[in-house]
Amino acid sequence: MRWVYALGALALAALGTGHAIGLLVAPPDRAMGETVRILYVHVPTAWTAMLAFTVAMVAAVGALWSGRPGWDALLEGSVEVGVVFNGLLLCQGSLWARPTWDAWWTWDPRLTTSAIMMVAFTGVLVLRRLLHPPERRAVASAVATIVSFVDVPVVYLSVKWWNTTHQGFSSVETVDPVMLAPLLTSIAGTTLLGASLLVWRTRIAMAARHREDDAPDLPPTPIPLDLEASR
Amino acid sequence: MRLLLALVRKDLLVGWRGRARLVGLSTYAVTLLLLFSFALGPDSTTLHEHAPAYAWVAILSASTLLLAQSFQQEVEGGALEGLLLLPVSPTAMFYAKALANLLLLLFLALVLLPVSVVLFGLRPAGSPVALAGVLALGGAGLVAPGTLYAALTARVKAQQVLLPVLLFPLVVPPLLAAVKATSLLLEGDPMHQVGTWVGLLATFDVLYWSLCGVLFGRVVEE
Repeated sequence: MRWVYALGALALAALGTGHAIGLLVAPPDRAMGETVRILYVHVPTAWTAMLAFTVAMVAAVGALWSGRPGWDALLEGSVEVGVVFNGLLLCQGSLWARPTWDAWWTWDPRLTTSAIMMVAFTGVLVLRRLLHPPERRAVASAVATIVSFVDVPVVYLSVKWWNTTHQGFSSVETVDPVMLAPLLTSIAGTTLLGASLLVWRTRIAMAARHREDDAPDLPPTPIPLDLEASR
Repeated sequence: MRLLLALVRKDLLVGWRGRARLVGLSTYAVTLLLLFSFALGPDSTTLHEHAPAYAWVAILSASTLLLAQSFQQEVEGGALEGLLLLPVSPTAMFYAKALANLLLLLFLALVLLPVSVVLFGLRPAGSPVALAGVLALGGAGLVAPGTLYAALTARVKAQQVLLPVLLFPLVVPPLLAAVKATSLLLEGDPMHQVGTWVGLLATFDVLYWSLCGVLFGRVVEE
């Protein structure tokens, strides 16, 4: 497992470099001024959250297809990482919206759909905690993940479909190279960070599953204490 | 097809035999409508403006109770095992159950509509056929994921909490489209936007009905 440590170290190095350039070298934006620097955290977080949910979708299909516990563990890991990054995304968005739009939150389609995405996948995690036999839990959470994933493309395309306050698609051509360099480095760093967290979380899920499988079954009914006999 | 109709008939019959529950559910939904007017105060323009939204939220919260019941009955008597023994594909079972739930939900909407017309002072402008169509499409968007999740959570003790937690995020897009389409139909549509919203609603209906139909088999088979 030494490669996971390497992955984490690489993630931290890329994040450090990206943010150093983003905070110190890159110029302030013409319209938004210094606040534009949240961009170097916000875009990578959004990308990583969506990537994690996409991995979860693949894991869900795998779990339904093969029924192997490995897929189920990957699903647990990726949904949880996705929810954490999605939560961070909403917080950063709020912090950015306050100085630029003068409100912590607006009911803009992209904000709304991102919030829905988080609630939907949190629901999957709640479901996992409440279902008991591991096999049934695997099937149920895979089904719920697949249905919840319907929202992910909606989030991505929301800026295209509706007129939104949130800014639309940017591409490599529309972003200045001075800003593009820290952005791409931070995206790489955050993706690697997400990946290493995902690997750790999946391993924990796998260990928990093994422990659950090895545990002896509970007796069907509680054994009544025979108080009379012991007297 | 005959099997499907037989299954729908069975569910409707169960609904009819337990009509006291259906009446209770309608009363619950009407009470919700009253609560909206109490919560917002007697400002008739606000109430009038948002009436379709209140009606749909009432339908949504009543529908979670309806959906949860629809599978609890099956699980309680071990009827689900019996159904699974029949030579019926789970996909057909899903469509039958969802169709029956949709019909029961539309009955509920039929009760709520006149009440909201009276309470919120609506003057229906659009054609009743179009309104019925939007109600059916909106109901379909709620019922398909609802039936799947009701089956999924039928054996969980905390179903009453879990079902809304899982279902509500999913039904936001169809619900939003249904509310917009309904309010445009009721209050006139100068910009001809109804088509777009109905299109969005229909897209989600097709998506959910096909996806949930495929996945249902895996949910009930163990």
